[in-house]
Amino acid sequence: MLATERESLRHEIAELAEKYEHKRDGMMPVLEAVQEKYHCVSDFAMQEVARQLGVFPTEVYGVVSFYSFLSTEPRGKFAIRLCRTLSCDFAGKREVARQLENELEIKFGETTPDGLFSLEYCNCLGMCDHGPALLVNNDVYTEVSPELVSDILEKYRRMFGPASQLEEKEASHA
Amino acid sequence: MASVIHIMERYEAGSGLKKALAMSRTDVIRQIRESGIRGRGGAGFPTAVKWNLCAVAQSPKKFIVCNADEGEPGTFKDRLLLTERPEVLLDGITIGGYAIGARLGVIYLRAEYAYMKPGLEAALAARRENKLLGKKVLGKDFDFDIEIRMGAGAYVCGEETALIESLEGSRGEPRNRPPYPVNTGLVGAPTAVNNVETLIACAQILVKGPDWFKKLGTDVSTGSKLLSISGDCRRPGVYEVGFGTSLKDILKLVEGEGAKAVQVGGASGRTVPAKQFGRKLGFEDLATGGSVIVIGPQRDMLGVAENFLEFFVEESCGQCTPCREGNPKLLEGVRLLKRGKCSVGYLRELQNLGRTMQAASKCGLGQSSANAFLDITEHFRSEILGRVPATKE
Repeated sequence: MLATERESLRHEIAELAEKYEHKRDGMMPVLEAVQEKYHCVSDFAMQEVARQLGVFPTEVYGVVSFYSFLSTEPRGKFAIRLCRTLSCDFAGKREVARQLENELEIKFGETTPDGLFSLEYCNCLGMCDHGPALLVNNDVYTEVSPELVSDILEKYRRMFGPASQLEEKEASHA
Repeated sequence: MASVIHIMERYEAGSGLKKALAMSRTDVIRQIRESGIRGRGGAGFPTAVKWNLCAVAQSPKKFIVCNADEGEPGTFKDRLLLTERPEVLLDGITIGGYAIGARLGVIYLRAEYAYMKPGLEAALAARRENKLLGKKVLGKDFDFDIEIRMGAGAYVCGEETALIESLEGSRGEPRNRPPYPVNTGLVGAPTAVNNVETLIACAQILVKGPDWFKKLGTDVSTGSKLLSISGDCRRPGVYEVGFGTSLKDILKLVEGEGAKAVQVGGASGRTVPAKQFGRKLGFEDLATGGSVIVIGPQRDMLGVAENFLEFFVEESCGQCTPCREGNPKLLEGVRLLKRGKCSVGYLRELQNLGRTMQAASKCGLGQSSANAFLDITEHFRSEILGRVPATKE
C-alpha cells in the first residue's frame, strides 16, 4: 500500500471514529464504512481502528472475522451473494449458481482477476416468496433465472468496463 | 378461509403515540398486558412483562431496541412491515420507549436489508419534523430519538444478547442468561429488545384497544400472526392468520395441498409431516416467528436436513461445544445417509447427540439446531435408510 494511501485511510478512520466519539460501540459502523469503500478491512485498517477506538487489534480482528459481510481479504467492487436457503433452493438456486460461475469464470468464494466481482453464498435474504434471490452489494434481485444472470452482470460491468460513452449514446437512440 | 388484515390495518402516524402519552406509563403497560400479546419473534415472551421489568428497573439509562435482524430462513414478514409500515413501527418503538422510560431507541437492521435504510431514515426525519421524535415529543415532557444500526451478516445476532454484543461493537456471541437484558442489557443498562411485528402490534393495540386484538387467536396465544409462506405452493407471500389456525387450513390458503411436510419456524423450527397437518399454530403447540416452508412430495427430506445443517454449521458462533461440534457431526451423518452408508445404530447415536445439543447448548441457536434433523429422522425413516446413491455421470 502506498504511503499516501495509508495516510488517507488513517485520516478516514480517524474521522469515522470521531463521529462515534472514539467509543467501542462505534466499531461496527466504522468497520462497515471501511468495508464498503475498500471492499475489505486490511491489517493496517484493523490496527488503525483499534488505535482510534482504544482496543487491541486482535479484538478488531475478532469482530471482522465474525461477520460475513466484513472481510480481511479484498472482495470485488461488486459483491454478489446468492441466497442458499431452502426456498431459493427449491426455486432453482443451483441453476443460477452454475450460470454465475460460467459467466464470471470463477467459483464461489473467489473474486474475478479484475477485482470487479466476488461470488459467494449467503443465508436467507428474506425474499423467499420471490426466489431465487441474490444481492449485488446492497441491490436485491429476485426471481433470478440463469438467462437473467448475464444481464445483471452487464449492468455492473458497464459502470466500470471499457464500454464507451459514445456506445451508450448510440444504444439510447436505438 | 380468507387472510385477515389485523395488525396491518390502516394507521395514522402518531395516533398510538398520542394516546400513550396521554396515559401514565403504567397504564400503557396495562393495555399491553390486557391484550395478552407475546413476542412475535418466536420465543413468545409476554411483552408486557418485559416492558414492566424494564420500567421498574432502577437506572438512569434505559434503551429500547427493535430487533430487525430477520434472519430465520424462510422469514420475510419484517421485510414487508419495514417497507410498508415504517410509521407504525416507529410509533411502536416510541411507545415502548415511553413505557419503559428510555430516551433512545435503536433499530438493529440486518445487513441484507441495507436497501431499506434510506426509507427508514426518511421516515425518522419526517417524525423529527412533526415533533414525534426529539426533545419534548408532542409537547410532552418526554425526550426520545431513534437511531439505526446495521448488522453485518450474522444469524445469531437475532438472539437478543448477541444483538446487544454486536451493538456494543463485539463479536455477536450470546451471553449467559440471567442476567437478562431487562436488567443488564446494552452498556449494562435495562434494555427491552422487541421484534418488529411485536412493536407494530403494540402501536395498534394502543389505538384500537386490547379487546380488538383479542378478537383473533386463542386464550394462550392471543391475536394474529404474520406468516411468511414460501416453498412448494402456488401462492407464496405474507399472510396474516389468527393464532390457532391449522396447517391444513394454511395449506389451503396458499394452494399447497399435497405437501409431504411443512417446515414451521424456519431452520430452527419443526418439520411437520403430512399426517400431523391438523396441528395448530400457537405457543401451545407450533410456535413460530412466522416462517412456513411448504415441502412438496418431490423433495428429498435429507436434502432439507442437509440445507439446514449447512446453515447451522456456518452460523454457529463457536462459543459452546455442543453446537460448534455437534452440528458438523449431524451434517456428516446426513451425508452418510445420503450415500446409504449409515446403520440404524449409528443413526441412534446421532439422534442422542441431537438431544444432547438441545439440552446443553448455551443459546437458542444451538438448542434448536438439531430440531429438523430429529424430526426428519423420526418421521421419514422409510425414506432415508438404505439409499442407493445414483452412479456418477
